[in-house]
Amino acid sequence: MKKQVTLSKEFLKGVWDNNPVLKQLLGLCPTLAVTVSAINGLAMGLAATFVLVMASLLISTIRKIIPPQVRIASFIVIIATFVTIVDLVMKAKFPDLSKALGPFIPLIVVNCVILGRQEAFASKNNPGRAFLDAIGMGAGFTIALLVLGGIREIIGSRTFFGLQIMPDQFEPWLIMILPAGAFLTLGLLLGAVNVYADRKKRLEHESLVAHYKRVGREELIEELEVK
Amino acid sequence: MNKVVQMLLVLTSIGIISGGLLAVVSGWADPLIAANQKAATEAAIFRVKPEGKKYEQIKNAGFELYKVMNENDQNSGYALVYQGNGFSGKIRLIAGLSEDLNNISAIEVLDQVETPGLGTKIVEEPFTSQFLKLETSPKIDWVKGEKPDKPNEIQTITGATISSKAVVAILNDGISRLKKLRESGGLK
Repeated sequence: MKKQVTLSKEFLKGVWDNNPVLKQLLGLCPTLAVTVSAINGLAMGLAATFVLVMASLLISTIRKIIPPQVRIASFIVIIATFVTIVDLVMKAKFPDLSKALGPFIPLIVVNCVILGRQEAFASKNNPGRAFLDAIGMGAGFTIALLVLGGIREIIGSRTFFGLQIMPDQFEPWLIMILPAGAFLTLGLLLGAVNVYADRKKRLEHESLVAHYKRVGREELIEELEVK
Repeated sequence: MNKVVQMLLVLTSIGIISGGLLAVVSGWADPLIAANQKAATEAAIFRVKPEGKKYEQIKNAGFELYKVMNENDQNSGYALVYQGNGFSGKIRLIAGLSEDLNNISAIEVLDQVETPGLGTKIVEEPFTSQFLKLETSPKIDWVKGEKPDKPNEIQTITGATISSKAVVAILNDGISRLKKLRESGGLK
């Protein structure tokens, strides 16, 4: 029997444990290209999340009638439809944002986070779980882009969401809003996330060892089985 | 055989439903997008020709050109949209011109992909304000590292000489085409 994951875990895995940008390193092209400011990162993240959620819901609903031979083609058509809707709505309602994000909204079609989730998750699970998975992955993607955009905007142009927060004496680092700044920030961010994750793992391991020394082997196995 | 029919059916229906959905959304969005573009152009025209109240496009100019009218419905000059090569891509700008084409009222850069922090200064003050009341004949000229002393000169931005010169070249290009158009009687 397949091991069932709790629903909250289904949501949270995308935010941290399997964060699409920070852990799976997927969808890096829009990640690197649009995050010159926090608002760009947020808008890109939300647009991708919308597409991801809608596509996951629909694909997991009709997963049983799509023949496996044409599944990728079907996924792409469905994803492209939602992306075009987002693109048109943004152009109609938020022309400035649409101009800033430029070609990267249409390019969500080939964002591997979205196709990856359809193939790996939505096409194998029920709509409820697919929805939670999509929301979680979308949130993880959005948070990563927002953090990246925020850091680059604060250091590169002294502002955060367009409001100046660094003093005038601070000379903005132009490299941060150039493409090279995206690689530097992402690299350091990945390093920091890995250091944190390693530390957490080590501490957990140490506490388990300490616990084992206290209670002994038999009891520990019993405890783990109950869990 | 059955499999093939199912494949065809599923993919075709997905395609048809998607197409239908997009047609509906596009029917709703297209007029809004056109209105947005028109509003953006209009706002730019009135920013470079602040005294303007009405405008109309001159259709057979061969480039984007607008005739601007003041509150008494008299011709008060032109707004010229022109583009050319910058340092790392096209620069597209709009310039307001007096009726005799000898003075610039203001310019605004509409699109550019210049180096952030250096070339992008062509969008900002104080560079753009140098073009207020600038004379256009015989042509716009630039000086480097010193204050301009002629009425048809501007000072280039330190670190962005190529971008600054590109703006001047685009303006000269557009204005000379406009002057030729006037000589041939195309500005009616």
